[in-house]
Amino acid sequence: MREWRFWLNENRSTLIAFAIFIAMFTIYVTNHPAGFTANVVNTAANKGVLLALVAMAQTMVVITAGIDLSVGMVFVLCNCVASQLVAGDALHTALGVLAVLLVGAACGAVNGALVIFGRLQPIVATIATGAIYFGIALWINPQPGGADNFNSDFADLFTGKLPGGIPASLVTLAAVALVVWVPFSRSAIGRTAYAVGSSELSAYMSGAPVTAAKFLVYTLAGLLAGIGGLFLTFLTQSGEASAANGGTYTLYSIAAVVLGGVSLFGGSGSAIGAIFGALAFRAIGDLLFVFDIEPLWQPLFQGLVLLASVSIGATRLIGVRNRLDLFG
Amino acid sequence: MTDSGIPMREGMWARTRARIDPATLAAFGCILVLLFAGSLYSQSFLSPAYLLQQLKVASFLGIIATGMMIVILLGQIDLSVPWAIAVGGMMSASASAWGPAGPWIAIPFGIACGLAIGFVNGVGVAYLRIPSMIVTLAVNAVAQGLMVVHTGGFSPQDSASPAMRFIATGDVFFGLPNALIVWAIIGIGATLLLNRTTFGRAVYAIGNRERATYLSGVDPQRVTLIAFMISGGLSAFAGVLLAGYASKAAQAMGDPYLLPAIAAVVLGGASILGGRGNYLGTVAGVILVTLLQSILSVMQIPEAGRQIAYGLVIIVMLLFYGRGAAIRG
Repeated sequence: MREWRFWLNENRSTLIAFAIFIAMFTIYVTNHPAGFTANVVNTAANKGVLLALVAMAQTMVVITAGIDLSVGMVFVLCNCVASQLVAGDALHTALGVLAVLLVGAACGAVNGALVIFGRLQPIVATIATGAIYFGIALWINPQPGGADNFNSDFADLFTGKLPGGIPASLVTLAAVALVVWVPFSRSAIGRTAYAVGSSELSAYMSGAPVTAAKFLVYTLAGLLAGIGGLFLTFLTQSGEASAANGGTYTLYSIAAVVLGGVSLFGGSGSAIGAIFGALAFRAIGDLLFVFDIEPLWQPLFQGLVLLASVSIGATRLIGVRNRLDLFG
Repeated sequence: MTDSGIPMREGMWARTRARIDPATLAAFGCILVLLFAGSLYSQSFLSPAYLLQQLKVASFLGIIATGMMIVILLGQIDLSVPWAIAVGGMMSASASAWGPAGPWIAIPFGIACGLAIGFVNGVGVAYLRIPSMIVTLAVNAVAQGLMVVHTGGFSPQDSASPAMRFIATGDVFFGLPNALIVWAIIGIGATLLLNRTTFGRAVYAIGNRERATYLSGVDPQRVTLIAFMISGGLSAFAGVLLAGYASKAAQAMGDPYLLPAIAAVVLGGASILGGRGNYLGTVAGVILVTLLQSILSVMQIPEAGRQIAYGLVIIVMLLFYGRGAAIRG
């Protein structure tokens, strides 16, 4: 009896994110002219999974009370690398995928090294590395495009539908969460990451592996953003070094993380929550589409929904008895 | 410092030296190094005309960075700068077309719109206690949405009023660009505000510990609200000037200013965590960022190389003097 209440309390923010997503997606599907068909779900899933992967990356760093403003640029860089390397026969494609993941992880590792050993503030360090990663992306793909022999059969495996109409992208996302997030969050290093977010000094004084945890967190963030970039390449079958795209994904990842119940102050939340935050954010954007609102009003509507959803966080003020508690 | 053993002059020197922030000195040093490196490439980097032109271009970033700095001193951040700039530019350009009174109200109207954006930011951060990174992000999205609806998604056709063009491009005193004079006035105002008023002391105090500031009888929420309004207003004013400079406003005209503004403030030695930094440092940071961008573009390095060099130089400079303290008990 007591057990499930603890569990509920611990996962409250994730469950709220899940509820918001279900509500938004239900409104979306019930009003969609085509209804709840496999194609509608597949299209929505493909768009949602992109942001979900980048949001997972952002979650990793935010849990330690840091922030990674280069996730969008790592995403764009890996998109460009993948558009060139995921090509040819099976062996070359496999090596290409491996290279893309390595590039993503390396970008993350550089961020981590600058933050840990360079002792720079994450926000400014990642602004600077983001410019570098974008420069490299631009160097690889000065024009949008990709390799001539791009392996599109392989790409279609991940963006199409499995037998039974289940979107392959959702299965991929679940697999990434199972392989990366679940082992991480259950390990000692994962718990240290949460401890660092609550109080780095206390974590250090308790003898927790602070340096290893922070380094792993940034590296995994790079890896996840890289998987996102790889997935974007599967979808578009080309690579574009777009500064606007990188900036948008960075900003949306922060929004998705907050919607998903991850505290920007660190120490609480989960990547699973961020996934639902990302899917909900995408569903909100798609709502306009089904309600047939003029495209011109779309950015305003999306902004207002974003503003309203972040203001939900203000409800905790109701519980504040002492004004002093406002000022952490 | 000035006990009887030390001659007066030396005491003054020690005091002056203590007041100058090492980070500010390092930033000015980096400017000299940049200029020297540039002059090896071409002598024209040292010509007064080039330097004056750079200062004029830097004025826009300088005005934006002034507001950003005050917000950063609080320990917050303002990510709504890009569309606050665009709102300032677009609304002032629209206002200039409103009948005979239009040109008169154009500039005040643009700034007022920026103040309104800052007000929403400030209420969200100070009174609703939502992290500034996410409130200002959302307000930025709303401002963008409003402008897209207002302009129909195209570049607005209204052109800037003569006064806007005059302030942004003209020069009155001894060939000094007007924009530079405006930045100087705003800069002196900001310095006085931060160092000589209770508001300024409260800004630093909140950046160090908001709880303690509240207990000392300051209303931190009001100070935070005003700081965000200043940032919004200054961003919009820079937008007004940029619209005057290009003689019309454009979609996404503010996008290239957000990250350089943050970089300038941090390169100037201000702590991104708040409570530490001085305006002279921000001035140095602004000039540094502007010079860096200018030199990289004059050298005709392709965009890819420019981005990489820009990022690398910022990291190297931060590693040089912007490192935090190690956590060791």
